[in-house]
Amino acid sequence: MEASEGKSKKQGASRLCCLCNQRRPVLKRPKTLQQICKECFYEVFEEEIHQVIVKNHLFKSGERVAIGASGGKDSTVLAYVLSELNRRHSYGLDLFLLSIDEGITGYRDDSLETVKRNELQYGLPLQILSYKDLYGWTMDDIVKMIGLKNNCTFCGVFRRQALDRGAALLKVDKLVTGHNADDIAETVLLNILRGDIARLSRCTSITTGEDGPIPRCKPFKYTYEKEIVIYPSLLNHFLKLDYFSTECIYSPNAYRGFAREFIKDLERLRPRAILDIIKSGEDFRIATTTKMPEQGTCERCGYISSQKWCKACVLLDGLNRGLPKMGIGRARGGVNGDHQKETKKPASAARSLESKQCGSLDF
Amino acid sequence: MACNSSGCESGGCYGREKDNGCKVVDVKETVRLCVKCKSNEPMTFGDGGSDDGRFCAECFRSNVYGKFRLAVTSHAMITPSDNVLVAFSGGSSSRVALQFVHELQVKALKNYEASRDRSLPVFGVGVAFVDESAAYPSLSGGMSDAIAWVRSTVLSLSPPEKDLHVVPIESVFGSDSVEARDRLVKLLDSVSDETGKEDLLLHLKMLSLQKVASENGYNRLVVGSCTSRLASHVLTATVKGRGYSLSADIQHVDARWKVPIVLPLRDCVWQEITRLCHLDGLKTVELARHPQSGINDLVSSFVALLQEENPSRECTIVRTAAKLTPFYFNKIPETDDSCVPMATQRRLKKFNLKYDGSMTTEAFCPICNGPLNGSDSSEDESDALYDACCSSCRFQILPQEPSSLDHFGSLLPHHMISQVKHHQKFDSQTYLREKIKDCLLLDDEEAV
Repeated sequence: MEASEGKSKKQGASRLCCLCNQRRPVLKRPKTLQQICKECFYEVFEEEIHQVIVKNHLFKSGERVAIGASGGKDSTVLAYVLSELNRRHSYGLDLFLLSIDEGITGYRDDSLETVKRNELQYGLPLQILSYKDLYGWTMDDIVKMIGLKNNCTFCGVFRRQALDRGAALLKVDKLVTGHNADDIAETVLLNILRGDIARLSRCTSITTGEDGPIPRCKPFKYTYEKEIVIYPSLLNHFLKLDYFSTECIYSPNAYRGFAREFIKDLERLRPRAILDIIKSGEDFRIATTTKMPEQGTCERCGYISSQKWCKACVLLDGLNRGLPKMGIGRARGGVNGDHQKETKKPASAARSLESKQCGSLDF
Repeated sequence: MACNSSGCESGGCYGREKDNGCKVVDVKETVRLCVKCKSNEPMTFGDGGSDDGRFCAECFRSNVYGKFRLAVTSHAMITPSDNVLVAFSGGSSSRVALQFVHELQVKALKNYEASRDRSLPVFGVGVAFVDESAAYPSLSGGMSDAIAWVRSTVLSLSPPEKDLHVVPIESVFGSDSVEARDRLVKLLDSVSDETGKEDLLLHLKMLSLQKVASENGYNRLVVGSCTSRLASHVLTATVKGRGYSLSADIQHVDARWKVPIVLPLRDCVWQEITRLCHLDGLKTVELARHPQSGINDLVSSFVALLQEENPSRECTIVRTAAKLTPFYFNKIPETDDSCVPMATQRRLKKFNLKYDGSMTTEAFCPICNGPLNGSDSSEDESDALYDACCSSCRFQILPQEPSSLDHFGSLLPHHMISQVKHHQKFDSQTYLREKIKDCLLLDDEEAV
């Protein structure tokens, strides 16, 4: 593999695009290392996504579909490509943009501007929901209270519910997110590292939550992050995709960073390893009994939950009572635990925070 | 199956006493006691690892040996009538495996000599050392010294006496050493992927061990893989797309092979093994490794990094993988061996430790012997070897040009390629009919 790669590198300049054999190649495709021209790259990039959509029966004609739009590269490219394919192949979909404002100054407020521009550029109606309205807390508030160790847990749990709420408001049938192959590979690794066999069995599914409030799918499941980055950069100037490209300011401490670094190194050695990780995740022999935890509804807000209270309510309760560790790690006490054990005093960082109103949480 | 030494939990009763403030002698006193036996002074290894200074030497040793013995008995790894071959690389893990198997044998011998009816025979133990210098020329310099050291080590482990088999890795090609070495080099040169080459060598190593084991009448192969080694394997298998076959590789018993492989140190971590070697003065020889540049090396570094961040990470990784469903061959196979003592037979049946050897429902990759997933089958029946292999071996070991496949097949050792011919003749219709023919009512027979 490596030997033949070397040969083709040396002959690079005189070669023609691997696919069309007519034009001059301008890049080496990250997924396959093929030398291809700009036009073929677009074609193969878009065609592969179209095939994924068709082969996995992701959509039905006439469906209302919300695109989880953060303003970042994945969701921006997703919105663009999906509306393109919808038009080109007549999927017959009604597309919307759904954005969540976590309240992170200097990050989210900027990226939301991008989404607002996308709304105009692609002509897709936009709905924005904020953590402040839904939960009474912004991520900035949360980080001020709990620090930088478990903040991603809060944000992730809240965002998931927020997307479902937004989808319900828009009355859509499906939610699509821009999770790409790198994301899914990272998640597979993370679940192995953390011992979460139940999640491991679900995380490679292209469609999830079919028996929940809103099914959601990931058309970019087999699309490489690098290619998503390349795609807009090659577009003609007047069509240039506009996206916001900074990392969340709270992310450096996330455990996912370990997996991400490793995958970057792995990709350098063997590009197809990313897809191989996903394949492994799909092939793991996991007994079907471990797959589905029993599904009920949250007593507090009615959202789908496998415990008495959904995770968002547990976390929120913890925040409001000044017990930021509640809901983090194994359940020892509180509503979902066996017996009340939490008698510790609230963290000193509480500084007489009055309980924040939870906003209306009913489903 | 928990591999946690008492190490992964934090703060034994010692800490709690401090908190409650009751009956605490001056904590700052250097008179600390082993947390297990509470009578001896704890050992300090000073290696910066976790739970240093918690156990005394005896308790530490008995912890590790205890895990070994538990694995052996609960999986029927070694029974009195067995003839066991220990794969010995000279490294710490296999040195500990060899030491523990020897001690088990010594105990069995003592019992045998002390018993009146001499009903339970003592299992036999042999040692195999694979000489990889034909594959890694950089090893040839120190090889004769290493072999001499191995020989003297094995000699020191008697009575009972143990045969030593020095196995050149090229022996999978036959006994003519010059021709065999030549074939090995040709085969390795035709694999362009670095990781593929390393993995192919591992498969050849296992083949050579299997060969020496079956040719010399051994019926068990002991491999010293520890938790840490398996943790790396879990990740390498995942990144190579071998998720389906992973659960086959990490169990205590792997009976896919003619001579079943057992992993008695599976629940011990690397730290325990190195500490034990240090404690008991077990010498090891580390042959200068060929610098690894592929995926295997990347994964080892990654695991080392994770360990730094959390010392129980290896255990968690293996524990997660242990939740995957194993295969039917991950148990000792049933044999109608009449010389197996009655007591043993009863015990094996009682705990369902064996499986019916005729239940071969899996097809295996001829190169890595991994069970094949249905999704691995190729679309076009272009080449028998290509069709027979798993997708991982197809990518990293087989040549990419279809025209080179035939030639590559001719370079493989006979044992690998013979399986392909068998696969080629595989006719699912006939196979299924064979399986159910007892139930079929033939036209010209009276229905019962």
